[in-house]
Amino acid sequence: MIPPCLEGVALTCERDERVLFEQLNLILEPGEMLQIMGPNGSGKTSLLRLLAGLMAPTAGEVRLAGRAYSEQCHESVRQLLWLGHAAGIKGLLTAEENLTWLCALNKPATQEAIWQALGQVGLRGFEDVPCHTLSAGQQRRVALARLYLNPPALWILDEPFTALDRHAVEHLEHHLSQHCDRGGAVVLTTHHQLMMKPARYRQLELGQEIS
Amino acid sequence: MIGLFVLLLKREALLLCRRPAELANPLVFFAIVIALFPLAVGPESQLLQELSPGLVWVAALLAVLLSLDGLFRGDYEDGSLEQWVLSPHPLFVLVLAKVAAHWVFTGLALVVLSPVLALMLGLPAQCFGVLLLSLLLGTPVLSLLGAVGAALTVGLKRGGLLLALLILPLYIPVLILGSGALQACLHGMPATGQLLWLGSLMVLSLTLSPFAIGAGLRISVGE
Repeated sequence: MIPPCLEGVALTCERDERVLFEQLNLILEPGEMLQIMGPNGSGKTSLLRLLAGLMAPTAGEVRLAGRAYSEQCHESVRQLLWLGHAAGIKGLLTAEENLTWLCALNKPATQEAIWQALGQVGLRGFEDVPCHTLSAGQQRRVALARLYLNPPALWILDEPFTALDRHAVEHLEHHLSQHCDRGGAVVLTTHHQLMMKPARYRQLELGQEIS
Repeated sequence: MIGLFVLLLKREALLLCRRPAELANPLVFFAIVIALFPLAVGPESQLLQELSPGLVWVAALLAVLLSLDGLFRGDYEDGSLEQWVLSPHPLFVLVLAKVAAHWVFTGLALVVLSPVLALMLGLPAQCFGVLLLSLLLGTPVLSLLGAVGAALTVGLKRGGLLLALLILPLYIPVLILGSGALQACLHGMPATGQLLWLGSLMVLSLTLSPFAIGAGLRISVGE
């Protein structure tokens, strides 16, 4: 049996002596999309950071492809794409330079592939423009272009739709559900209802007992 | 992995070149501190020459310390560090490239600038070799050790003072050995002992501190 690509076992997260969630179990199989919902401050970003392995849970453990993060001494087994609030885009570098570097951290991409990806997110003609001159939505698109550049199978996206216009949101939803239908897996937080959902789609509501 | 190292070096160099003010900051500080002393003490004074080894080294140390606070700050705030930590590549390679770029643009620049400024302090020309060599061996240690502190304090809003408190005790041996080498040369004694010590400190920090910096960054990102 193939282990689930991401598994959280009895996760508890405390921030500043406040319990955000307790004994949370979740399983993500290949081909699934998990949307995490909840009011502001309910721990959505914290949960994503736990799942990505950026933060250690107060109790419980996260397993990636069947192995706990604490056991993975070799980093090269970590194959996931993380996109946080701040997406690692340098304002002083151009869109192309930013993507060249971000891709090189995982798998190097050719210039042609990067230009194609920028075209996919509607930034054709902005390849050589320093990112600080782009609008917030355009900067978001630069970060999202990584999703078109031979990415790993598991995506963890924190509020990927922020600052995007309606057309771009539609386009991204389509891309996400396509990725899931091809056997990838996506965990994301967002407040809006997705219009386009993949075949295997689940929601997780955080912070219900608080409200 | 070497490709990634070179790529990061290029990226850092590009970033620094597009923000020349930040690049010039430690160098200007170094030049101002040293240029003020002849004015205050008197240019022909024997005292100035006597003091020069200590002055050059204290100024260099403070200039490096000044530049360290922002070493990882930008990468922390724009989320680059999260991407580094999650990268399948070992973190110490990335960190080493980052610190190497920092050293080339501050440490190495200080080394190049130092003979001109040492001339103002009346340091005799036969000491220039030792001056250059001691700074060349000492400044990488300052950058590497400082980066450990910078990695630990990057998540704090005002980590500058804490950084100085953390790092200064570790800088003391470098300061003593560096200025000691120059002092010995000034008095016509061989400086080989101090220089060898500096060299071994450099090798030690070069091999161990990238791991400490990586661990510090993991802690800061995980907060």
